[in-house]
Amino acid sequence: MKTRDLAYVALFAAVIAVLGTLPAVNIGPVPITAQTLGVMLAGSVLGARRGFLAVLLFLVLVAIGLPLLASGTGGLAVFAGPTAGYLFSWPLAAFVTGWLTERFWARYNVAWGTLFNIIGGMVVVYLIGVPVLAAVAGLSLGEAIVSGALPFLPGDAAKAFIAAAIAAQVRRSYPVIERPQREVAAR
Amino acid sequence: MTLALYVPRRSPVHRVPAGGKLLALAALAVLLFAVPTVPVAGGALVGVLTVGLLAARVPVATLARQARTVRWWLAGLFVFHALFTDVPTAALTVLRLLALVLAAAVVTATTRVTEMVAVIERLCAPLRVLGVRPARIGLVVSMALRFIPVLAERAERIREAQAARGGSARGIRGIRTTVTPLLVQLLQMAHTVSEALDARGADDVPPARGHRSPAGA
Repeated sequence: MKTRDLAYVALFAAVIAVLGTLPAVNIGPVPITAQTLGVMLAGSVLGARRGFLAVLLFLVLVAIGLPLLASGTGGLAVFAGPTAGYLFSWPLAAFVTGWLTERFWARYNVAWGTLFNIIGGMVVVYLIGVPVLAAVAGLSLGEAIVSGALPFLPGDAAKAFIAAAIAAQVRRSYPVIERPQREVAAR
Repeated sequence: MTLALYVPRRSPVHRVPAGGKLLALAALAVLLFAVPTVPVAGGALVGVLTVGLLAARVPVATLARQARTVRWWLAGLFVFHALFTDVPTAALTVLRLLALVLAAAVVTATTRVTEMVAVIERLCAPLRVLGVRPARIGLVVSMALRFIPVLAERAERIREAQAARGGSARGIRGIRTTVTPLLVQLLQMAHTVSEALDARGADDVPPARGHRSPAGA
């Protein structure tokens, strides 16, 4: 990886951290936060590999004890709590979002982007987060869906749209994903 | 949100290796969530304050600043639990999080970022077999730690500017006029930082035969 890629990775880890300073809404065991917006953005602006690494880096910073999660928490404990599945799903979510974004980069727009963000940032996150919540909190799968997925649908859908709107504009003015290919072509 | 808040002192706490302090922080977090009782959380808070203020002689203001950043959040959490659960749970949650936030603040105040990064590099040493270079991981971690306060400051400046004009950028217009330009600015900043680092020899491209053509750089 080039130093520039590392800088982008570090930047988006920081973006996710700073989004955590926006107030979180606590309903039940899993808080609604702006940080998943950062996860979607990491994938849709940086692409699969760098997006994955950015989210992973954010989780490393949390693990070494920086209180960066929206709940003001950090440390290794959060990776054993009921919401651990959501955290572990984030890097994969960014990867899937990024992979789809790269794959359909030529025709990327807000509508496609929203769809990719929903697949990566919602489907992947719920698929991993909800079963873990059920297992750790001792809920049935149905209860876990009610408390760990349903309340997030409107907010997450809005975030998917917002992230796509931002990514589509960044793509026009400062395309990060496209750039390396152009450089290869220029060589 | 200042993460670079190292306070230079000569204290036993400062002399503890960074790895030891991080381990202690992790152990504290595990303890606080494994034994969720008010005495344990309160004791931890007192312990953290004792270590931070008396042993490490971290200024009260430094810790107060950290506590201030989470005050509304803690207040909201307390009210929520007091209304929907009960007051002891509310007290426990707030005490526990305050103890953790302050413990993290004490660790950051007594440990240089370079030491912290060195610990991570050491932990990543086994990844060498996968072709990962620990020094690059150290680099990316230090960049992220530096970017966080920069970003928080820029976002805050925009918020203030908007408040001064008596409005706030909301909705799609807000994204177009505020968020995207900020993000593009930050991407450019990251690019500039990486060029500066490469110019100082952080480049991972091994010194190749001959010089690299400007077009390929």
